[in-house]
Amino acid sequence: MTATVHTSAALALGDDALVLSHRLGEWAGLAPVLEEEVALANIALDLLGQARVLLSMVGNEDELAYLREERAFRNLQLVEQPNGDFAHTIARQLYFSTYQRLLYGRLAEVQGEFAGLAAKAVKEVAYHQDHAEQWTLRLGDGTDLSHERMSRACESLWRFTGEMFLPLEGVDVDWTGMKDAWLESVSDVLHRATLEVPQGPQSGAWTAGAGRQGLHTESFGRMLAEMQHLHRSHPGATW
Amino acid sequence: MATAAAHRTAHADGAAQEDTSAFQAAFDAAVAAEERIEPRDWMPDAYRATLVRQIAQHAHSEIIGMQPEANWITRAPSLRRKAILMAKVQDEAGHGLYLYSAAETLGTGRDELLDKLHTGRQKYSSIFNYPTLTWADVGAIGWLVDGAAITNQVPLCRCSYGPYARAMVRICKEESFHQRQGYELLLSLSRGTAEQHAMAQDAVDRWWWPSLMMFGPPDDESAHSAQSMAWKIKRHSNDELRQRFVDICVPQAESLGLTLPDPALVWNEERGHHDFGPIDWTEFHDVLKGNGPCNDQRIARRRQAHDEGAWVREAAAAHAAKHGNAGTGATHA
Repeated sequence: MTATVHTSAALALGDDALVLSHRLGEWAGLAPVLEEEVALANIALDLLGQARVLLSMVGNEDELAYLREERAFRNLQLVEQPNGDFAHTIARQLYFSTYQRLLYGRLAEVQGEFAGLAAKAVKEVAYHQDHAEQWTLRLGDGTDLSHERMSRACESLWRFTGEMFLPLEGVDVDWTGMKDAWLESVSDVLHRATLEVPQGPQSGAWTAGAGRQGLHTESFGRMLAEMQHLHRSHPGATW
Repeated sequence: MATAAAHRTAHADGAAQEDTSAFQAAFDAAVAAEERIEPRDWMPDAYRATLVRQIAQHAHSEIIGMQPEANWITRAPSLRRKAILMAKVQDEAGHGLYLYSAAETLGTGRDELLDKLHTGRQKYSSIFNYPTLTWADVGAIGWLVDGAAITNQVPLCRCSYGPYARAMVRICKEESFHQRQGYELLLSLSRGTAEQHAMAQDAVDRWWWPSLMMFGPPDDESAHSAQSMAWKIKRHSNDELRQRFVDICVPQAESLGLTLPDPALVWNEERGHHDFGPIDWTEFHDVLKGNGPCNDQRIARRRQAHDEGAWVREAAAAHAAKHGNAGTGATHA
């Protein structure tokens, strides 16, 4: 395994965690109930912790987070999607946390550079997945309105889910098996939530592997502008 | 101690007068003996009302207080600082939850209290009506605002009402941690580039006086103080606590390499305290009346979160009704 492979996988996984953590941070003060202020911040903090470990495997965490431009980020397009309403945030969490739980579960079992991180992270993402599942059940099988919103959210994010299962160089897992397990787990939750499993494609001409290649959706540049502005305004400063 | 339920029964039996005074005497004796009053104990109506008002206002302050700091989460200049700030804002939501729970032991409900906040019938600390204009404000809030809060709250750990006192023990531990983090943030800025140092000084200049106002009006104008002190809800007067805070801050400012924006601030050998300049009470009352820089914005955002979240809470309730389990709430501690 070469250093380049190691770097690209750590960067991809680190960017996923960094970007999703940032999106969840945008909820602070706006959650529908106080318990969710605590829960969403908790998840955001776990992800930020993972991001810091992964980015530090590649280089300086702050240089990587604050000084790369949009085209150099390797995160999935799924995690950069705007929060939308609470249902969108929960659908994004369900899709991504199920993926992370499967991936880190496997990485924790094999000897490799990500085993240590995965062993710790898998406990965190099990909680994230449980949280997303519980809310999917409440919203899907709640009121007509919440069912409608949850259904729409699951549909609209579906086309970003295929990208998760493109093999990452340096991550030695059975990606096809991962995808099957993911589909089974998510389908089970959606069924229990009285929701349909979306039927559309899980990727398209543009979304297929695009985030991993540094091709992002439009809102991502704005997100980075906000995130990086202060750091970039004071070159060389320490905080 | 006798219970409120027993007290109500006594009323119903028409034996109210003697029994009330017996309950009052037992209450007074418990307070005098530094015993804790607990939710099921009899307590004077005015004591209960004062506690509800104070604890609710305290809870509301934690919740509204998330906003000025959350304003900088997405712009925090390093990942370490971002993690610290997120954790802090999360703690504040947790403090709000402890405090609403403490208030609920007095026979009110969180929904009712939030409604009073949203409609302006209950207040929150006036400090959170000031804007966070630079990153250094996050540090100034930690050092000065949390510092003032701790000075106010540490004595509340010995407050006569048990649930409030116990909530304060937990809260003060976390607040002390936040305060040190704020101080450390300012220290990094103060020792950083010239621009960073200027940013830190500007933040301290803007937050110093509002922080002194957090202790409330001067003793001779404080409506509730005497009664609260007699009930041992409050342990020290506003002016005493304010003086204590100034005395703590002066050496800290020196070691930070920052100045406090008060030309009248000087050590008084005779008193053994720092003298300091007059507070602009007009500004204080103005902010309290709703005319501060951010009053409208803070309440509007809180109401927005609540209103836009209504369908989520309704969904959770509907789901719980169908499946007979707990509705909203974190699924995990």
